[in-house]
Amino acid sequence: MTEGALLAPLGSGWIAARDPRLRILAATLFALITIGLDHLPVALLAFALALSLALTAGIRPGFLLRRLAALEGFMAILLLSLPFTVPGHAIAEIGPLAASREGLHLAGLILLKANTVVLTLTALIGTLEPVVFGHALARLGVPEKLVHLLLMTIRQIHLLHQEYLRLRQAMRARAFVPRSDRHTWNSYGWLMGMLLVRSLDRAQRVMAAMRCRGFRGRLYLLDQPRWRIADSGSAAGFMILCMGLPILDRIM
Amino acid sequence: MAHIPDGVLSAPVLVGGGLMSAALLGIALKRLDYDRLPQAAVLSAAFFVSSLISVPLGPSSVHLLLNGLMGLLLGWTALPALFVALLLQAVFFGFGGLVALGVNTMNMALPALICALTLAPWMRRVAPGRRFWVGAAAGGLGVMATAALVAIDLGLSGEAFLPAAQILVLTYIPLAVVEALITGTVVAFLQRVAPEIIIHDEAGHA
Repeated sequence: MTEGALLAPLGSGWIAARDPRLRILAATLFALITIGLDHLPVALLAFALALSLALTAGIRPGFLLRRLAALEGFMAILLLSLPFTVPGHAIAEIGPLAASREGLHLAGLILLKANTVVLTLTALIGTLEPVVFGHALARLGVPEKLVHLLLMTIRQIHLLHQEYLRLRQAMRARAFVPRSDRHTWNSYGWLMGMLLVRSLDRAQRVMAAMRCRGFRGRLYLLDQPRWRIADSGSAAGFMILCMGLPILDRIM
Repeated sequence: MAHIPDGVLSAPVLVGGGLMSAALLGIALKRLDYDRLPQAAVLSAAFFVSSLISVPLGPSSVHLLLNGLMGLLLGWTALPALFVALLLQAVFFGFGGLVALGVNTMNMALPALICALTLAPWMRRVAPGRRFWVGAAAGGLGVMATAALVAIDLGLSGEAFLPAAQILVLTYIPLAVVEALITGTVVAFLQRVAPEIIIHDEAGHA
């Protein structure tokens, strides 16, 4: 994860051609609907939909697996404890603990929902260029100051990550091997401190460059979003798909 | 581990966290001038990159939260900086949910604000040689307050989550110790190399 700090795998095909605003709205809507589902089969359907979205977007399955593995620790604790802490019909017993059906159901539901949302985000928004993502957010009404902070941060993450790699290389050249000891933690503290010092120098240079170009307390967004007919069509289709899920969930 | 995925929390917790972070973000953005935007962006990028470093701890490794240090150095600006970082992590790394973004922002930003409002003034009074301890306090406090907030969110979402919440808080303790050590080291380092970063006048601490 430390190589290429913010490199999203750029998607291809039908989803990559859609308007960024549509993709953000669609992902948000789908996430909202998914977390409201109550039945396992419907949640499984939502997961399958998200998976097909991710595959349609042209993301490699190996990358998807690694992305889903990021849910790890937090989920493990929840999934292992829930079957034993939700009261209900016991189906298995381990010593004094009894796993309830309701608990397993809840654990399964949470696992499916969390993975569905991650897949949807990866497919629809994660394939956007970070800068395009920022612009699309501004067009959707997110405060401009926040968007400018986002855009500048994205750019600086890239630059500072290179700075970080340089510092790490210098440490490696001096035979530094990270271990679980005080020396490593001290070294990392100095490394982070050095990153902060370098970054403030950088901030002064950026500010000087902005002044140089006549900065007068306002920044502008220069993108020109274009909404196509295909976007409207996709939006309509996606809406129908999304509405189907809660209806199915209600019927069951 | 501080990122709650989607599908776990109940609706009232999600809405409450969302509204609270929107309100606090509004205040923080109002206090942030366009003039100070580059500095805020560069620092939040530095924190973002630092939190990617995997720090060996016992048999496994951890990523630092750094919210205590951010509160100490950025003040109110830590809020939008943390929000931006969490948004990028959710969208481009798959850490934490999208709907839970508001709650996750609060879990990280409230401890940062506490550090900004209590420990930053203390930092100005304390002798330069002892600022390591202020940094260590911020690091430990940031992690444990975040752990407590995550546990509270889980507890409010359903009683069945309580045991998991308790285990979660326990798993944060080693992280809090390492984060306290490293944050203290960062502060001591900055004190020697660039003291102007940790001691800024009230006006700059916006």
